[in-house]
Amino acid sequence: MLIRSRDNGFTHPASSEITSRSAYEGRRDLLKLMAGGAAGAALAGWAARDAMAQTVAPGKLAALKGGKSAVPGAQSMEKLTDYKDASSYNNFYEFGTDKGDPVKNAGTLKTRPWTVEIEGLVKKPGKYGIEDLIKLSAQEERIYRLRCVEGWSMVIPWVGYSLAELIKKVEPQSNAKYVEFVTLADPKTMPFVGSRVLDWPYAEGLRMDEAMHPLTLLTFGMYGEVLPNQNGAPVRIVVPWKYGFKSAKSIVKIRFVEKEPSTAWNKSAANEYGFYSNVNPNVDHPRWSQATERRIGDGGGLFAKRRKTEMFNGYEAQVGQLYAGMDLKKFY
Amino acid sequence: MNKLLLHKAAKPLVFLLCLLPFAWLVFGAVTDGLGANPAEYLIRSTGDWTLRFLCIVLAVTPLRVSLKLTGLARYRRMLGLFAYFYVAVHLLSYSWFDMGFEVGDIARDIAKRPFILVGFAAFVLLTPLAATSFNRAIKALGAKRWQRLHKLVYLIAGLGLLHFFWMRAGKNNFAEVFVYAGIVAALLAWRVWHFVRQKQKPAAARAPAVARVQPTKS
Repeated sequence: MLIRSRDNGFTHPASSEITSRSAYEGRRDLLKLMAGGAAGAALAGWAARDAMAQTVAPGKLAALKGGKSAVPGAQSMEKLTDYKDASSYNNFYEFGTDKGDPVKNAGTLKTRPWTVEIEGLVKKPGKYGIEDLIKLSAQEERIYRLRCVEGWSMVIPWVGYSLAELIKKVEPQSNAKYVEFVTLADPKTMPFVGSRVLDWPYAEGLRMDEAMHPLTLLTFGMYGEVLPNQNGAPVRIVVPWKYGFKSAKSIVKIRFVEKEPSTAWNKSAANEYGFYSNVNPNVDHPRWSQATERRIGDGGGLFAKRRKTEMFNGYEAQVGQLYAGMDLKKFY
Repeated sequence: MNKLLLHKAAKPLVFLLCLLPFAWLVFGAVTDGLGANPAEYLIRSTGDWTLRFLCIVLAVTPLRVSLKLTGLARYRRMLGLFAYFYVAVHLLSYSWFDMGFEVGDIARDIAKRPFILVGFAAFVLLTPLAATSFNRAIKALGAKRWQRLHKLVYLIAGLGLLHFFWMRAGKNNFAEVFVYAGIVAALLAWRVWHFVRQKQKPAAARAPAVARVQPTKS
């Protein structure tokens, strides 16, 4: 038997080799059964490896395949969060503050035509149509942990390429120290833009070295398909070592600036949400502990124990050096 | 209406009705129907139902008096106990699914987070009310003292609302909080209004005397 590597098996599978949907789903059911029983607990992890060997597209949206990524840390081996959970439990305040709201309300978001404006301190500013932006560099699949500041987490197979690829193309000037992401704020299609929850448009930012880090992903898809609207279609940022709110959704402008840009949650409550907002179990949110997290869909469901949160969400080996010598209690 | 309220089957029926939300949550938990984060869903819904039962039980007296529905009186204790039931399940869900029954962690959490402290205080204060809800306790305490003790429910409702307000403050999302606060405020305002009017009634009987005094004053 031929042992297929992930990339050649993924891009050109013979139809006879594709696990049928029913068999796959049957396997998932079996998995759930195993995870449910106490006796199956040990076996579930072993079985999950098999189910995870390739990301099966949920078959809901247009396909967007990503090749295997060579970036260190880009291939978490943990069990993927169910697509259903990842696409129905979201924070996207433009569509409502309840985590069930975005999936109900985001259908109105128009993702075509879509342009992303590159402006500020760059040698090559300009407007990119979304189709051109998608083709700018090879799409990769990146399986990242996502840790929300609220204390829950997921494991999601994103599709995109390192933001650094785009940054290199537009050639930042030497005084560009930060990158600001401005997201869409269209009251016609986003019912909660205008509510007093946050200042609109939602804006986020990264320091230049953070933005250039290969793990920082300019993201167009997940689970082998384009992003669902509620997950930030058509293009968002994913920064896996920071709390989820740093990963701005539905981006319309990427601006290169000299001074630290003000960010939406920082403006709303500076003592609760810092500019850096690196995942850090040792720095509590003023209103709750960040030492542990609930992994959505963890085996055992309701009775699953919370997990210990890892420094930089487990990406310390890759990003720790960015913050060498910095007091992370002060720069939270 | 009064006849209906006094019907033999009415009370068991209301009892079952009050259990419906709980049954629905248990069913959801067993069949994996509580969404992506079932623990959060359980904790939030049991909190919601506690607030709803507080509103319902506080509505009993205003409705009984203003609509002359004397039959409502026999439901008050049961409704109050259901408020306690839901807050107990609320606290249990939090302690179990969020904190894994780690007593040390729970104690630290209560001390650290004001909104949890306030919610916990409301639960603690509600406990003696639930514990003195049977007839013998009323006799033992004497009606006056029992009533004074049970006036604590107004403070408890306020603490419950503050707990909810602080919990939602993180998202600046107060619409629902204001709905509950409005209901509780209206029910308490009725009591004040009713109290003042009751006081005025005997005064009205003495009205001629008052009237004679008044002119000299003005």
